[in-house]
Amino acid sequence: MSETAKPPTGASYEAGLAAADTRVADFKPSRRGPLDHLQHALHANPTLVPVLVLLVGVAVFGMLVGGRFFNAFTLTLILQQVTIVGIVGVAQTLIILTAGIDLSVGAIMVLSSVIMGQLAFHHGVPAPLALGAGLCVGMICGAINGALVAFVRLPPFIVTLGTWFVFEATNFIYSANETIRAQDVSANAPLLQFLGTSFKIGGAVLTYGAVFMVLLVLIFWYVLNHTAWGRHVYAIGDDEDAARLSGIRTGRTLFGVYVTAGCICALAGWAIIGRLGSVSPTSGYEANIQSITAVVIGGTSLFGGRGSVLGTLIGALIVGVFAMGLRIWGTDPQWTRLTVGALIVLAVAADQWIRKVSA
Amino acid sequence: MRPEPVLTARGLVKRYGRVVALGSADFDLYRGEILAVIGDNGAGKSTLIKALTGAVTPDGGEIRLDGKPVSFDNPQAARDAGIETVYQNLALSPALSIADNMFLGREIRREGVLGSAFRMLDKPKMRRIAREKLSELGLMTIQNIDQPVETLSGGQRQGVAVARAAAFGSKVVIMDEPTAALGVKESRRVLDLILEVRSRGLPIVLISHNMPHVFEIADRIHVHRLGRRLCVIDPKTSTMSDAVALMTGARAPEPEMLAA
Repeated sequence: MSETAKPPTGASYEAGLAAADTRVADFKPSRRGPLDHLQHALHANPTLVPVLVLLVGVAVFGMLVGGRFFNAFTLTLILQQVTIVGIVGVAQTLIILTAGIDLSVGAIMVLSSVIMGQLAFHHGVPAPLALGAGLCVGMICGAINGALVAFVRLPPFIVTLGTWFVFEATNFIYSANETIRAQDVSANAPLLQFLGTSFKIGGAVLTYGAVFMVLLVLIFWYVLNHTAWGRHVYAIGDDEDAARLSGIRTGRTLFGVYVTAGCICALAGWAIIGRLGSVSPTSGYEANIQSITAVVIGGTSLFGGRGSVLGTLIGALIVGVFAMGLRIWGTDPQWTRLTVGALIVLAVAADQWIRKVSA
Repeated sequence: MRPEPVLTARGLVKRYGRVVALGSADFDLYRGEILAVIGDNGAGKSTLIKALTGAVTPDGGEIRLDGKPVSFDNPQAARDAGIETVYQNLALSPALSIADNMFLGREIRREGVLGSAFRMLDKPKMRRIAREKLSELGLMTIQNIDQPVETLSGGQRQGVAVARAAAFGSKVVIMDEPTAALGVKESRRVLDLILEVRSRGLPIVLISHNMPHVFEIADRIHVHRLGRRLCVIDPKTSTMSDAVALMTGARAPEPEMLAA
């Protein structure tokens, strides 16, 4: 403690800075290669990759199989085929954006559709009420997941792995594995088949379900990008602690995300009745894996905070285009699975590369 | 006489089991000053700051803001009362833009039906205010307000966090180790920024281990030791070695320091 007369200011040791470059915060347009430009463009707009893949896919199959693929009927048929995955994909996107995952989406969808069908057919409940009850069941399932994730703080993977089995078993126990035939549904509750109704515009054949799916995607694109709630969903997935310290009520928002996802899954349950005509407890068993596939191929990061619900629609369409194109071309269906599997790995690799962007 | 205090605490107590983190700690922050809080590791300065920002609830004692007793159950309550904190980890969302981050948790909605029924955010307005706030603090070298925060340098991120606190903190801004992760040049920039915030009338609490920085910009230095305020020293009359001796217990404070 014998130090003497040291000036009480810390500026002295920084004297050497006087001659230094004083710019701190500017962005030098350093020389970049085309690859860097691409990386930056993708970082700013991650949905570009799936859009490119979709366009290339359509172009390639258009050239390979020509008019049989590249016509309004086939292309709109693809849209119809991805309706269910698209709707469930919206729910899955919301959850993956919060850095979670939901393995129970398919089970919630089927349970809700079975509730709608059973109430309308066996219990004589008016179709609109049966539909409402189905939506409520979906939201309750979502609330169970949400409470366990947001308030009990269990990992989403484990929670939804458990509730997947619970909801699926509940569905089989409740329905006694009974399928309600299409003619019974249309006689008792035609409203439940409404989303399967098709209409024609020229050669294009669309169902209300497909239109509904596209509308749902657009609605959630708006919600995620133009409302405070949507920004909070991204912020939570990005860095939950930072979001909480910024004043976001993270628990409540996270809970809301799971309830919303449950409701969307129940809407998918309504759409699947329209698609199948009948109410089947064994339908849609792969919806969880298919929805995660669509989300990942659509460029949304499994680590949360990055991605877009539009990407999920594109991702679902990519899978649909490859499945349809390869089928018309006449290959073994396993080639579709192989292609989709490769696309998943490529999508995750692209995500990792984009994340490494440097300023 | 001194100007009236903005934020005071008397006899704050916080125990964790048998560990006493705060034993009857006092605290005074006056209008328009930079008050540095220094202390050795484990002295309880972070518990003191957490109590003032609502991150922990003290077991006893009183906190007054503008003379009125307050109690904060959570950080949001302190924020609503006008106390903004720049956390050491900055609490920014890396993938969101600068503008989004500035308004995170307090977004502005459009006027009229778009805002009330469709909950639409007023992005142009938030961008404009964010740009204004950054240029007020001389930070407009950050050109693109829509740039994700993760593409900024450490100093620029600190700048965004400080600008956010200064823009919304109406009473007090608390900064936890704002220069700890920065290089020499960037630290200098952030210190200028802190002085700029003070010149706009906001009192600042600065927690730092960096003695040269503390002695350069602080008006008063609160020395925390063993869970309580040991003394307050004036950086113009004391030296850094005095401060180190006091906070490590190598020397007892002079009587006039206790009065300050």
